[in-house]
This record gives sequence, C-alpha cells and structure tokens, in this order.
Amino acid sequence: MAADTTVYKEIEGKGGDYYSLIGWLGVIIAAGLYAVFNMEHHGHVVTGMTNAVVWGTPHVFAVFLIVAASGALNVASISSVFGKYHYKPLARLSAVTAVALLAGGLMILVLDLGRPDRLIVAMTHYNFKSIFAWNIILYNGFFVIVLAYLWVMMERRMNPHSSKVGMAAFLWRLVLTTGTGSIFGFLVARPGYDAAIMAPMFIAMSFSFGLAIFILIVNAAYRSSGRPLGDKILFKMRNLLGVFIAAALYFNAVQHVTNLYAAEHGGVEAFILMDGGIYTFLFWVIWVGLGSLFPLALLFNPATGRTSTGINIASVLVILGGLAQMYIIIIGGQAFPLQLFPGMEVSSAFFDGSVHPYAPSHWEIMLGLAGMAAAVLIIAVAVKYLPLLPLSLSDAKVDPHHAKD
Amino acid sequence: MTDRRQDDMSTVDSATPDASRRAFLKGGAAAAAVVTLAPGVTLYATGADAAVTGPATSAKRWGMLIDANADAGVWDVAVAACQKEQGWGGGENPATDPQWIRKVTVKNPKTGATANMPVMCQHCDEPPCVDVCPTGASMKRADGIVLVDKHICIGCRFCMMACPYAARSFVHEPVQGQKPHMPRGKGTVEACTMCVHRVDRGQQPACVEALAASGSTAMMFGDLNDPNSDISRAVSKYVTQRIRADLNVGPGIHYRGI
Ligand code: SF4
Ligand code: SF4
Repeated sequence: MAADTTVYKEIEGKGGDYYSLIGWLGVIIAAGLYAVFNMEHHGHVVTGMTNAVVWGTPHVFAVFLIVAASGALNVASISSVFGKYHYKPLARLSAVTAVALLAGGLMILVLDLGRPDRLIVAMTHYNFKSIFAWNIILYNGFFVIVLAYLWVMMERRMNPHSSKVGMAAFLWRLVLTTGTGSIFGFLVARPGYDAAIMAPMFIAMSFSFGLAIFILIVNAAYRSSGRPLGDKILFKMRNLLGVFIAAALYFNAVQHVTNLYAAEHGGVEAFILMDGGIYTFLFWVIWVGLGSLFPLALLFNPATGRTSTGINIASVLVILGGLAQMYIIIIGGQAFPLQLFPGMEVSSAFFDGSVHPYAPSHWEIMLGLAGMAAAVLIIAVAVKYLPLLPLSLSDAKVDPHHAKD
Repeated sequence: MTDRRQDDMSTVDSATPDASRRAFLKGGAAAAAVVTLAPGVTLYATGADAAVTGPATSAKRWGMLIDANADAGVWDVAVAACQKEQGWGGGENPATDPQWIRKVTVKNPKTGATANMPVMCQHCDEPPCVDVCPTGASMKRADGIVLVDKHICIGCRFCMMACPYAARSFVHEPVQGQKPHMPRGKGTVEACTMCVHRVDRGQQPACVEALAASGSTAMMFGDLNDPNSDISRAVSKYVTQRIRADLNVGPGIHYRGI
C-alpha cells in the first residue's frame, strides 16, 4: 500500500459561519431535549405513538442514522480493505462520520425509552436471547473498533496496522447492519417484516444513505474551509452512490416481489404498494421516485452529475428517500393490523383488524432532528480539534500517480 | 443472575416486595384453605399446592379454555372484572389507554357467522416478547405465566412489536388507582398476568371467577399438565383451537367454538 503523504490539518473553525452552525445545532438539540422532557413528564400520550403503533418517528430517525452510520464507514473501508488509495485521504473523516451518526441515532433511541432513567438497567441486565441486546453490544463494539481504527490511521507508528483494523471494522459493520435489519426480521407476527431479504436490503440501504450523508459533509467542509476539492474524488463518490442507490432499490424490489408470492403477505403488500394512503405515496413518490430514480438521473446526467450542486441535491434526495423508506418499514409495518384470524373480519375496542392511524407529533420530530443535529455537531467539533481533513483534495492530490510517490 | 430471576419468580407481581407481603405469599397454606372454601368455582387441589410449595414449578402449566359459543355479553363481565382487579381502564384515549383484555368479534366474511371472545396475553410456551426483551424484564415463570418485571422494564416496546396478539400495552400516562398487588408505572409495559397474585394463593383469575359467579362456565382455568384437571379433560374432549397456532409460539389459552 502506498504511503500516505496526505497532510491533514484541523479546520480553522473561527469564522462566524462556524459558530453560527454550532449555535443552530445547539438550538435544535435543546429543542429536542425539551421535547424529551415533555414526553417523559406527561408520558408518551403527547406523541403520536399508540399501543398499536408503538415505534414512531423517533425510531424512523434513529434507525435511519444507525443504518447510515455503518454505511458512512464505507469510504474508509474501501481505502484500507480494498486498497483503493484515492479514498484514503477521506478515511479519517469517514470513520468520524460513522461514529457521529451512530451516536446521534442511539441518542434518539435512548431518549425515547419509556424509562430513559433506567439506561443503567439496560446496560447491566442482558437477555442474550434478545437480538436487541445483541445490537447494544454491536453498537458499543462499533464505537470501540472504529475509534481504534481512527487511531491507527492517525498515529503514524500504527499506520501499518490500519488495513487489519480496517478489515475488522468492515466486518463488524456488516454484522451490525445485519443485526439492525434483524430487529425487524425477527418479528414473526408482523407480515411486513419476516423476510430473509431484510438483512441484505439494510446493508445496501446503509451503503447508499451513509455515502449520501458523507458526500454532503465533504462538500460542506471543503467549501466552507476554502480548501480545494477536485472533481476526481467527488465523481468517484458519485459513481459509487449511483451503484448503491440501484442496489438498495434492487433488494427492495426483491423483497416486495418475494412477499407478493407468499400468500400470507398479500395483504400487507397490497397495503404498502397500492392502497396504503400515505405509505403508498411515500413508497412510490418519495422513496422510489424522488429518493432513488431521480437522484440516479441527476447523478448520471452529464449536465447535473458533473456539478457539485447536482451531486449535493441528489444526496439530499437520497436522505429524504431513506427517511421515507424507514417510515414505510417501521410505521407502515405497524399500521397494517396484526392478523389474529387470517381471512376473517376482526373487530374490537382495541382496533383489531383495522389499519392503525398514526400522525407524528412535533415532539417526535424535534427529538429526531436533535439526533441528526447531534451527529453533525460531533463531526463539526471533531474536524476543528483533530487533524481529520486533508489540506487538499485537488485532483493532483487524489490522482494515483501523485499518491504513489 | 439465576438468583435474581429465581427471586423475581416469586415476587414479580409486586414492584415493592415488602417483607410482610412476601411472608404472606410464602405462608400459602392459610390462603389455600380460604380458597378451598370459595364457592361456585371448580377448585383444583393443585392450585392450593402452588401456594404451599412456594416458587412456580414447571410441573404445572397454567392455562385457560375459553368457549366462544358463550353469550357475547359475558365477555364484558370478564373485561370489567379484570379492570376492577388490576386497576386499569376508565381512560379517555382509546388508542393509548392500556387494555389488558378485550372482546374481539370475528366474522366469517363468506358465511357471515360471527363469534366473540376475549383476547389477552396468551401466556405463550415460546413467548416472542421474552425472546426479544433486551433486559429480561419480560419473563416466563416455570408454570407458564408470562410477566413483565416492572423494575427492569425500560419501556423500549420491543416486546409489543414482537407479540403476535397485541396483548401488551404501554403506559402512556401517569397512572391512578393502582392496586397494592399490581403496581403500574408510566413508561413501562404491562399485560394480563393471569392474576398471578391470586393463582399463587390458590385462587382463580378474576375474570374466570367473575364469570363463574354470574353462572357462566365460558372461561375455565387450570393446570394443563395435570391430566385429571377439569381443563385438561375439557381440552381433550372438545375440539379446541389456539389463535395463530401456525406461529408456533404455543399459546396457553385455548378456545373452542371459533
Ligand atoms: S401473548 Fe404476547 S405478551 Fe403474552 S406471552 Fe405471548 S408474546 Fe408474550
Ligand atoms: S418494553 Fe420492557 S418488557 Fe418490553 S421489551 Fe422493553 S424492557 Fe422488555
């Protein structure tokens, strides 16, 4: 592997722009904490969640961030596991982004608990049969392993180990995303979820969502710090994003097609794809159209795909589509009633047999946004105090011939 | 760990296990004697034994048999008895108010035939709620009763995602009117306990007792492991069915006449 001659340096982070960014993030986080206070004080009755839709908008944001976190590590993995050195300069930022997104997602999950004060209980009582408990272990391990990876990349003496640690991080992230997908895959009673395709689909989605977020961060960091960012690295990431968007769409299509063939899933499939109202709209218009096909068009149309604006817009749309997809999976999957007596008409005062309504409350959205803001805040602070960003990502710097020197 | 669980098994019905109550539970002989005097219900010597012998044992498998042919009105009696016994109900937010037991109406769209039955926690042999619970707050006693230990429930609601029967409720608001034997708390999950506090005293669950008192035999409670128990005899006599038996979670609630 070529020696890393890249010069990394903390960003200045002195200007008004930087501080106003930090200020705004602080405001969003404070608003989220206020929402949590209300949810805990009055109970979850102030949210849109019910006894039928037990996981709501906070979980949409949280799962999205957790899934994206492992995907954001891709750039680092590609450079040290697959030896693609043009990505190497961005490996540090990739690792930090991964950690930050995971932290933001977990923050939401924890703050949405009915008893967040019992976090210590969650950490001391493990039910090892629970996929959820395993996920807690996977998340903690991810933090440890990615931070170790970051350290071996940043500590010159340790550099030779970076590909080994990078490989470990890569494998861990695959397991982690599989674990996240399995949270849903294990729910046998929910016809929308029990598909083996869930795990690979989550991995493909994580690649796509994580890279979209990463592209936006790279663009923002370089534009605001005035450091040169060449087209080469940007276009490489663009191509990769295109492949990942297509892969996520492909696995999603496989999931729906296999479900359509399983008679017992016909109901929930018809619900999502045809007559689910908001869920059908989110599926076709936001996820498939605006969040997948349109960004693909933007990325591969020369007029837009060769501009950072075009690539940025595509990335934002991928994120939007990803949130919509999580909404469909998490909330749509619960809105569709459990089948106590398949084939029968069922009714009760507990809303058996009817589609469960759900509307997100502003508290939930505030908490979700706070998790996102926390992730961005971690990245913003990290790039100011740690040498994470290369001084230059100009084409000459990224070009193989120069990198090999 | 084992110790803790062992402890839970005898005290989980109380979130504030105080010595006197424990002593009461352990001194089950007196309670059992009271129970054998209770009128109008078929009593099981085995029920009294449970209280005498203390901790739940896998020699027993508590279960119920519900007759869906019964007059639909009896299920309202069962629901009301549960509310009274456990202190839930009376809220104004149907989507978020806890509902430990509910009357479900099933209609065959082809024939138009309908049946009514109560649905509550099915006290599964292989409870998905217990499998997924990250903290172990959801747990199954050796005698098959599935409970939530409210000391260690963190309110993640994964068990509610996993339960095939929508049997559990999340407490969305501060609770009022708690019963001493059934502490409840905002932010935790709760469900039918099969009246474990009564069963351990050798009594019948409140719903079963209320129906019996109203002259109905539509609900039967007992030890499915004891071939001589009334419920075992009935289960082997009638064609019974369990809800979503295809999911292989082994519900402990049997139905007939669906
Ligand atoms: S019915 Fe639901 S709550 Fe009760 S034991 Fe089965 S899975 Fe658990
Ligand atoms: S809500 Fe409580 S009982 Fe249910 S899975 Fe979470 S910790 Fe376990």
